[in-house]
Amino acid sequence: MNKLWIVMLHTYKMRIRTKAFLLTTFASLLLILGLTNMQSILSIFDGEEENKQVAVLDESGRFYEPLKQQVENTSDNIDLIQADQNAPEAEERVLDGEYDGLLVLEKNEKGLPEGVLKTAGVPEANWINNIENNLQQTKVMIATQELGIDPAELTTLYEPVPFQKESLQEGAKTEEELNQARSIVYVLLFVIYFAVLFYGSMIATEVATEKSSRVMEILISSVSPVKQMFGKIFGIALLGLTQFFLIFLVGFLSLEYSPSPEKESTQSMTDFSSLIQIDQLPISTVVYAIIFFLLGFLLYATLLAMLGSLVNKVEEANQVITPVILIIVVAFMGAMSGLATPEAGFVAVMSYIPFFTPMIMFLRVGMLSIPIWEVLLGILILVVTIGIFAVIAAKVYRGGVLMYGNASSLKNFKKAIQLTKK
Amino acid sequence: MSLHIEKVTKKFGAFTAVDNVSFQIPDHQIFGLLGANGAGKTTTFRMVIGLLTPTAGRIMWDNKPLSQKDSHLIGYLPEERGLYPSLKVSDQLLYLGRLKGMKKAEILPQMKEWLERFKVPEFENKKVEELSKGNQQKIQFIAAVLHRPKILILDEPFSGLDPVNVEMLKEAVLELKKEGTTIVFSSHRMEHVEELCEHLCILHKGRPVVHGSLKEVKRSFGKKNVTVHAEFDLSYLKDIPGVLKYKPVTEGVHLQVENEEVSQKIFESITSKGFVRKFELEEPSLNDIFIEKVGASYE
Repeated sequence: MNKLWIVMLHTYKMRIRTKAFLLTTFASLLLILGLTNMQSILSIFDGEEENKQVAVLDESGRFYEPLKQQVENTSDNIDLIQADQNAPEAEERVLDGEYDGLLVLEKNEKGLPEGVLKTAGVPEANWINNIENNLQQTKVMIATQELGIDPAELTTLYEPVPFQKESLQEGAKTEEELNQARSIVYVLLFVIYFAVLFYGSMIATEVATEKSSRVMEILISSVSPVKQMFGKIFGIALLGLTQFFLIFLVGFLSLEYSPSPEKESTQSMTDFSSLIQIDQLPISTVVYAIIFFLLGFLLYATLLAMLGSLVNKVEEANQVITPVILIIVVAFMGAMSGLATPEAGFVAVMSYIPFFTPMIMFLRVGMLSIPIWEVLLGILILVVTIGIFAVIAAKVYRGGVLMYGNASSLKNFKKAIQLTKK
Repeated sequence: MSLHIEKVTKKFGAFTAVDNVSFQIPDHQIFGLLGANGAGKTTTFRMVIGLLTPTAGRIMWDNKPLSQKDSHLIGYLPEERGLYPSLKVSDQLLYLGRLKGMKKAEILPQMKEWLERFKVPEFENKKVEELSKGNQQKIQFIAAVLHRPKILILDEPFSGLDPVNVEMLKEAVLELKKEGTTIVFSSHRMEHVEELCEHLCILHKGRPVVHGSLKEVKRSFGKKNVTVHAEFDLSYLKDIPGVLKYKPVTEGVHLQVENEEVSQKIFESITSKGFVRKFELEEPSLNDIFIEKVGASYE
């Protein structure tokens, strides 16, 4: 068996058994199950929630009936009750919890309603906005009646104008597609970011651990450091892919077979599971996500393995990898702001800088229809950079693993390269 | 089949760690590489293993240069314990054995045999961190010899072991030698070197200061040790020309003399004085040679 293969399998087997791996996998699976079944979970809570009891104190006596009518038509979770007490008494009952709120309606000089809603807690909730909207409607109704306008004419007036956006460029995404793409890219960007961060630092710690336990000396007497380094990197990459595969599989199955209560209901766009619909997920985006994860991981892993080989203790590993982590964070921030403006100039520029390519080129390819040569150019630059770093990292690694001393990184870096020379 | 180190020099920048070292080790032999801390022993070992490239000179096995590809020929026991602390002994040895090109089916019986031999078969399923330092050393030794290497490099193999374990390990080393393994080992403990090695080399600041077979080294050193136990006062002996060191002990004196002739003069002188219970002429110990050769350069 090839030694690279042995190191890779060993790294994979050792890591997959660890509690940390099992825990993070389990936690992410739970999260995915939760997110994909958000509707069912939310509906459990919704079902148990009681209707809001709102007492209405209508001094004019003209607004209560139309408002109650309006509320009954639009919101089934609010019950309006005519208050038969005076204001202080009713307020007392709100504080006691008997009512969820007290709505005081007054007539202004134009004969139109004005409302004050008093609640026990912070007056910020959906049902409160609901009441406000309903009151608005009621006001419009009363006002039009007084002006003598036909309600049918009014409907025409308020009808939204048909307005569609189309791009002349071939293959450009429609607004709706862009939104869909944005949410998919958003989620996958997060996945790439966390994966590179998580597995990248795992590499650095792994190398530092082997060095501090001095098992490294035995290993490098059997395997060349380069094979050892790449065996390790590939082993961890395999570990990451395993975790992804599990997450995608569970997510997919959960979406396919989850007893979603009302499939026909067009939920609001804030609902996560309606954003990510597996059957609408473009295969190419997923393939690009995997490619860019692997390339991004390779780039950062070689860097981090090199840095890990320069320190003596696991604790020191965290220090030296910080600059690299910062670059990943910058890439992520760039990607996040690029989500809003994928066509901006800085996004295009960043997508060719190898440190940022994995996230930003993925963002562009996922959201825009950029020519394939741009993607390939980005990947090519990235691959060449990985190659260059791999050569340097292999050199430093060879020397670094033999060095035990103070970790002042830059000096060590030179020393490590010197060690590999004749 | 022998290991040749030919005029090997290793420089780290301006610092010369190993300076023009040559020696040859035939198989069926144990070679001792001695030296104070920082003398260049570990650097020499690392060059043999292929971790470092010599600045000048060659390292040959069977008249061919050694390279990383020959790693299965070499077994290495480093000075510091190097094992995965949280890995079971069996997993550990399986991994290290595989890296040396062995198959699982070959490793398991070998491993069991060695564990039995060191009287620790129950360690198979224990984690290394649960073992004592001496027992970890046994596992480390097994890791170095599991693949039946042609060349075995032992860097301070006996440090931190109790006498029983030292004996056990020594026996194993001697048996491997009988089977034809070429063994290089380094130690600070001169009595181990005297007991095991046919040939030796003392390094000082990267330079070989003594080199040859144990007998030659001792003979060419010239100086001898004399022990005299007698009933009368022996303190006048220190004034005899040729006596280099004088050390009174309870029953008499220990002397170091320049050569055998001086010891004869001493013998003649004391027999005329009275009853001598003991007169002994000894070869110098390696310890004396080491201190003299390495210590002298500090003066």
